[in-house]
Amino acid sequence: MDLILEYQAQLLSGTWVTIQLALISLVFAVMFGLLGAWAKLSKNFLAQKTAVAYTTIVRGVPDLVLILLVFYGGQQMINSFGAMTGLWGYVEISQFAAGAGTIGVVFGGYMTETFRGAILAIPRGQIEAGIACGMNRLTIFRRVIWPQMVRYALPGFSNNWLVQIKSTALVSVIGLQDVVYNGFVAGRSTRQLFTFMFAVLMIYLVLTAISDLGLRWLDRRYSKGIVRSDNG
Amino acid sequence: MGESIIAFLDAWSPLDIVLIAQNFDRFLWGALVTLQLTVISLVVGGLMSIPLAIIRSGNNPFLNAPVWAFTYLFRGTPLLVQTYLIYYGLGQFEWIRQTVVWDPILSQAWWCALIAFSLNTAAYTTELLRGAIETTHKGEVEAAKACGLGKWMRLRRIILPSAFRRALPAYSNEVIFMLHGSVVASTITIQDLLGVGRWLNGRYYLAYEGFITAAVMYLIIVLLVSRGFRLWESHWLKHLYPRDAVAVEPKKGAASIRI
Repeated sequence: MDLILEYQAQLLSGTWVTIQLALISLVFAVMFGLLGAWAKLSKNFLAQKTAVAYTTIVRGVPDLVLILLVFYGGQQMINSFGAMTGLWGYVEISQFAAGAGTIGVVFGGYMTETFRGAILAIPRGQIEAGIACGMNRLTIFRRVIWPQMVRYALPGFSNNWLVQIKSTALVSVIGLQDVVYNGFVAGRSTRQLFTFMFAVLMIYLVLTAISDLGLRWLDRRYSKGIVRSDNG
Repeated sequence: MGESIIAFLDAWSPLDIVLIAQNFDRFLWGALVTLQLTVISLVVGGLMSIPLAIIRSGNNPFLNAPVWAFTYLFRGTPLLVQTYLIYYGLGQFEWIRQTVVWDPILSQAWWCALIAFSLNTAAYTTELLRGAIETTHKGEVEAAKACGLGKWMRLRRIILPSAFRRALPAYSNEVIFMLHGSVVASTITIQDLLGVGRWLNGRYYLAYEGFITAAVMYLIIVLLVSRGFRLWESHWLKHLYPRDAVAVEPKKGAASIRI
């Protein structure tokens, strides 16, 4: 315990990196999810097929493989493209950018399915009613689709988020100094790896417990005025 | 002919396909290690989860609380950290290193990965199965009681068979998650599918080849597994699907019934 207090600065800074990584990749994931859901539901053949390919690949390949591919391969690709066209010199992708970008894109694939299901769950008649009232597409999205989509999507969203926050641990493999990396370094130098890995485990447990509480609050908020069958 | 193809690929392919082909047997071995770890931990974790799920759905607080703590801990934390904790962490304790299991098991990466994966999937499967057990129709249990079936007989004949069926669609997700999670093995020196990819890239100083080959092979395995599960579902859950519309349609000449 004393040792952990001695290294608390490293653990805390690592935790902060993990939180930032998780939140930024969540923003990416929601954006890609909305885009993917729109593409899957659109009548445009190309958009639909692209979205299907995207979700299939991203949900079929393990996230660590994609993170490594983007971090090492993406860097090489950008640089050889730059060298070929002469547009830019040597570029380095940071571990943070590679991690946040890849995790965002991967979980965007899962969010796509969640959002698609949620939009489909909204009765068609309500959208038609919106059109009949003279709303334009943006107003319909804001006032009819969004509030209900959030409610239908929340259970899936919560699930995805809890998996995503745990996936951020993988970024320590490419050397980002997140909580796992810092905990590992501290544990190795003190030869107390169990103590430190257990501390990291507890930090993640706190993060997932807090998110769980927050998501439950959101769920209550967006389900106001809805009578649930309690199945009892 | 063969040489001209190789020369053509060498000159024009953005990926070094020849090198991948030369090392393809290593990738197959890697895939085998991945499958081996995944399947064994799924079997071990699955077997553990059945009694644990029965405890979780029961109402004995002394048994329920520790099982809840176990599933909460393993579901709330990353598999990577769990694996590190077992592989790197256990060596911290002198008394563990003195035991007989240290040399053959606990100091071996493969066994540590297997233990971590099994416990992890056991935790997820327990909660999944608990949900399925708790949604058993009340009437089915009452009918079983009325028929004089005892507690264990009810579990074995009535509750578990239908719970397994209800859990199957969610379980296919868990299997794919476990397959994805098994890449963690490559971070503790195991040559699984990703491990081979990383080895190839490190050895020949490449950026894409190893990872892309591994990615494609993972994708193929995942697609095969989900296809397999869909077949299994269509077999096991057949009685729950709506009947074929064609079969219900009245024959020509038969009096049609209007609803």
